[in-house]
Amino acid sequence: MIRVQNLTKRFDQFTAVNNLSFDVSPGEVLGFLGPNGAGKSTTMKMITGFIEPSDGMVSVCDINVSQNPQAVQAIMGYLPEGAPAYGEMTVMAFLEFIAKVRGLTGDDRQQRLAKVIEQVELEPVLDKPIDTLSKGFARRVGLAQAIIHDPKVLILDEPTDGLDPNQKHQVRELIKGLAKDKIVIISTHILEEVSAVCSRALIISEGKLLLDGKPDELERQSRHHNAICLQLADEHTDVQQQLGAIAHIESVECVAELEDRTFMLFPQDGQMLLPEVVRWLDDKQWAVENIHLEKGRLDDVFRQVTRAQTV
Amino acid sequence: MTFNMNMTAIVMQRQLHSYFATPIAYVFILMFLVLSGVFSFYLGHFYEKGQADLSAFFNFHPWLYLFFMPAIAMGLWAPERQMGTIELLMTLPIGQTNAVIGKFLAAWVFAGLALVLTFPMWLTVAYLGDPDNGVIAAGYIGSWLMAGSFLAIGSCMSVCSKNQIVAFIFTVVVCFIFMVSGVPMVLDSFAWAPQSMIDFIAGLSFLTRFDAIARGVLDLRDITYFFAMMALWLYFTQVMLQRNKAK
Repeated sequence: MIRVQNLTKRFDQFTAVNNLSFDVSPGEVLGFLGPNGAGKSTTMKMITGFIEPSDGMVSVCDINVSQNPQAVQAIMGYLPEGAPAYGEMTVMAFLEFIAKVRGLTGDDRQQRLAKVIEQVELEPVLDKPIDTLSKGFARRVGLAQAIIHDPKVLILDEPTDGLDPNQKHQVRELIKGLAKDKIVIISTHILEEVSAVCSRALIISEGKLLLDGKPDELERQSRHHNAICLQLADEHTDVQQQLGAIAHIESVECVAELEDRTFMLFPQDGQMLLPEVVRWLDDKQWAVENIHLEKGRLDDVFRQVTRAQTV
Repeated sequence: MTFNMNMTAIVMQRQLHSYFATPIAYVFILMFLVLSGVFSFYLGHFYEKGQADLSAFFNFHPWLYLFFMPAIAMGLWAPERQMGTIELLMTLPIGQTNAVIGKFLAAWVFAGLALVLTFPMWLTVAYLGDPDNGVIAAGYIGSWLMAGSFLAIGSCMSVCSKNQIVAFIFTVVVCFIFMVSGVPMVLDSFAWAPQSMIDFIAGLSFLTRFDAIARGVLDLRDITYFFAMMALWLYFTQVMLQRNKAK
């Protein structure tokens, strides 16, 4: 269990993290969401004991990070922002260095190395200096380094940054696979990642915690939650007004890029519109090309919350 | 914060590995060997002196070290901060003390290697005459201890900056101060001060300490001085690391 209490970090005049409190339990994959400079990385640096908080405290499995950083670091794997690694070392030499520091010896070390190399698919670059690797491989070396000792707690700062869609998918699957009975914290500004891997999301802006919930709970706060996207087969006149007259519809917007035949119908208070709309279309005898229900959009919520903050 | 030999050794190995990862280390050692030869033969008049000892060789070590040791030490911490690998290093369960000592030892071993490779000087003098090998051994040990003090200062300067060149320059400056504090010109300017203070300032100097050692006198006080310098500056290194953490 990670417990963060009233965590604050000030750099001179600037407050990077402002009175942040939350708990994370084993089995949870927590996503840190927030605009650049929101304090995500700074929070992670304090959890991992790289920097000292100005105020407040962090404990991991009941060990206070400030008092005993080494004990915490021993049960933790950390991928720092940008996946730094010793560029002049080969991938294999680097991973062996990390394995030694992690106290892995003999057969155990060989097995863990083999496992990790397979998990993140580093086989083709083992003998290459890290400096010469593509961004994707470099990031995966960073991941391998973080999971080599099968840590109880995994802190990953932007783990999929710089990866192509296939690699992103693969890393997300890897994280999901690792997550059982572990604590995982990832930071990201890719919102789809949160729905894809996280069991819980925190939205942070200007060092403050703005929202805390499951991804689908957050989606529900979006104005797109239960909205209906409707694409008509033919053009009609005054469609927008006519649609707007249906019960429980708050507003209707034309989705511009799809000509004048596609509309987004927003419900009042997230009510279910579908039966009503289907009945209405049936009455009108309008042909429909496509109709679907929106779950809600995280980026809506994200913008709503973080903008409100800055204004 | 406890010392762990195993962790220290792992850090040292990695640092040594990074020294020799590029040809720079070999070029560096070669330069050191050539210059130490040039200094002893041309400036020290090794032949002309006609003495079967290595004083002509050892006398220039403080001046050689003034530029060579900062160059070895500048890469200990500054690039780690520059490249961000310090975040990796400091979040591995290594412990600051072990990281500081391990890195320093790598630099010290590297300097020791360069020093050992000057053995042809010893062979030369042994071939030409009948030197006192005890004096020469004492000279080597003293020289290596002095190198360690330079490197410890360099370690501290390297942790203070992200820029290796800045670290290099500051190390040269601080080492220079510790050298000239024993020169008569500097000591004369303290003529107004009580004798005990002048003795203290002279006692801080690498030159004063090394002179005795180069002449073959391995005084326990001089050895203690060099070890104390190393311990002190490595302690400062750790203090600076801790400060960066809390900044």
